[in-house]
Amino acid sequence: MTDSSLRTRQSNSHKKWNKIIRNWQLYLFLLPAVVYFIIFNYAPMYGVLIAFKKYNPGAGIWGSPWADPWYKNFTDFFHSAWALTTIRNTLILAIYSFIVGTILPVVLALMINEVRSVAFKKIVQNATYIPYFVSTVVLVGMVNLFFGGSGVINQIIKLFGGQSILFLMKNSIFDDLYVWSGVWQGTGWGSIIYFAALSNASPELHEAAVIDGASRFQRIIHINIPVIVPTFIIMLIMGAGSLINVGAEKVLLMQTDMNLEVSEVINTYVYKVGLVKTNFSLSTAIGLLTNFINMALLLTVNKVSGTVSDTSLW
Amino acid sequence: MVNYDTRTDKVFNVVNLVTLVIITLLVLYPIWFVLCASISDPVAVNTGKMICWPKDVTFSGYKAVFQDPAVLLGYRNSILYTALGTLVSLAITLPAAYALSRKDLVYVSVFTKFFLVTMFFSGGLIPSYLTLQKIGMVGTIWPVVLVGAVGMSNIVISRTFFISSIPAELQEAAQIDGASNFKIFFRIILPLSKPIIAVMALFSAVGHWNNYFTAMIYLDDDKLKPLQLVLREILMQAEFNAKMVEQGLMDVGDLQESLRLQELIRYSLIVVATLPVMIIYPFIQKYFVKGIMVGSIKA
Repeated sequence: MTDSSLRTRQSNSHKKWNKIIRNWQLYLFLLPAVVYFIIFNYAPMYGVLIAFKKYNPGAGIWGSPWADPWYKNFTDFFHSAWALTTIRNTLILAIYSFIVGTILPVVLALMINEVRSVAFKKIVQNATYIPYFVSTVVLVGMVNLFFGGSGVINQIIKLFGGQSILFLMKNSIFDDLYVWSGVWQGTGWGSIIYFAALSNASPELHEAAVIDGASRFQRIIHINIPVIVPTFIIMLIMGAGSLINVGAEKVLLMQTDMNLEVSEVINTYVYKVGLVKTNFSLSTAIGLLTNFINMALLLTVNKVSGTVSDTSLW
Repeated sequence: MVNYDTRTDKVFNVVNLVTLVIITLLVLYPIWFVLCASISDPVAVNTGKMICWPKDVTFSGYKAVFQDPAVLLGYRNSILYTALGTLVSLAITLPAAYALSRKDLVYVSVFTKFFLVTMFFSGGLIPSYLTLQKIGMVGTIWPVVLVGAVGMSNIVISRTFFISSIPAELQEAAQIDGASNFKIFFRIILPLSKPIIAVMALFSAVGHWNNYFTAMIYLDDDKLKPLQLVLREILMQAEFNAKMVEQGLMDVGDLQESLRLQELIRYSLIVVATLPVMIIYPFIQKYFVKGIMVGSIKA
């Protein structure tokens, strides 16, 4: 190394330090966030070690003995009686709500976009956003009240001369109740993201299409849909990244002893194994597994989308 | 725009409008029904006499709700957790976003990566529990306030807003005048970022208000339970009374009376628990579409 390059290097690092010291306040601004992420995100990542251990609370995370073989907790899960059921239920709920939950907001946005009256548009938009702000507990409480034996749905069925149905006892419609209550809650909200994209559709293009004799429906297919495709793909990739992550919150509330066969998903199982049965290692292993599957899905879909359509997260 | 509609377009228009009206009614009906049921005689509700309009109006449901000490305590707790959680969330997110928005921050990419990792990988339920147990937070209100309060997505959204919506010249001019980062942040950035702050505060508040899961995991003291947890116990306990009859603690006549009141209480409670969110909704509503749009622009 020559003398001068050494000197520029030194002065470079010197400059850097000067800059850091001059901007010390910026680092102070970052400090709370850094501390927060260390406690709430990075420390738990270290705790993931117990997925490969036979955790013993007295010995702590580091002191607990390694599982033998190291993947024992994972094989334990696959050999457990609930493995197949939870995986199947998770996949059904995830794919069902993924398909319905990504397509319907697009349809709603396209429909609302065709409305000419601004006032009517606003009413529909604001009305469909409201359910998003209802809590999960209230949502499930409403499902139970509405679909119960003497709930309003059955009253309406009877009004039309039908027989009342015990919806909540029917395991075959658990998935439908889960997904469509989610549709009620999230479709309006999910459509917001598409309005910005739709407003980018050039008016000239529409007018040219009209002159060429295109109907409104044709214009939707050939102008509006292409405009929202990039946004749609981004939503698709993000959805894929949490596909297997059927949250425990809502399912847990909808669960009864009678419907476990269709309602026990991986995340509710993780909760029960971990905090109810206190098998910490097994619970962590299952959680880790889903985390990896999600990450793999995200990376794969992102990659595929990047090559096929030029749209990707990064 | 000139009206070029052909006949098929007119048909399309009518079908579209009618479908949207039906969708809107379907979305609003459950909410309307809960409101009506909360002030109607449960007998009317359960026999199909109350479908569209309140029947045999009674306020005993609300009376019972406001006399229930568990509900009142839950309400108070929820207000506290929501206020604290929202405050912490903003106090951590905004300064960090500002720092990351500055070009003169050395190692900006290191910090960004450090934050970004948390979006894709998390330790999971048990490791988080063990961590908080280790630092003595389990059983205190702090997990309920802090878990999920700060996320990289909000930091990115505010950073994007600071960069794209606040003229860089403003900051440069202030710097030339000798203003410190503190001054720029509090005097220029914050006052000009009201929409994004409003949106984030709303989401953080709604998130905290509606969350029951964190409290269920980390709290076991009844006195600390937030409203959603109290709500969950009341809304999900259909079998509770049947058990009491079995054990001879209640006779069937009492049960019917109590079931009737309970049904009413459930509807009233749903209204009472959701009301605060619905009250702030119209005020913030004009901001949030804007805020989401900002967030959707890629960072």
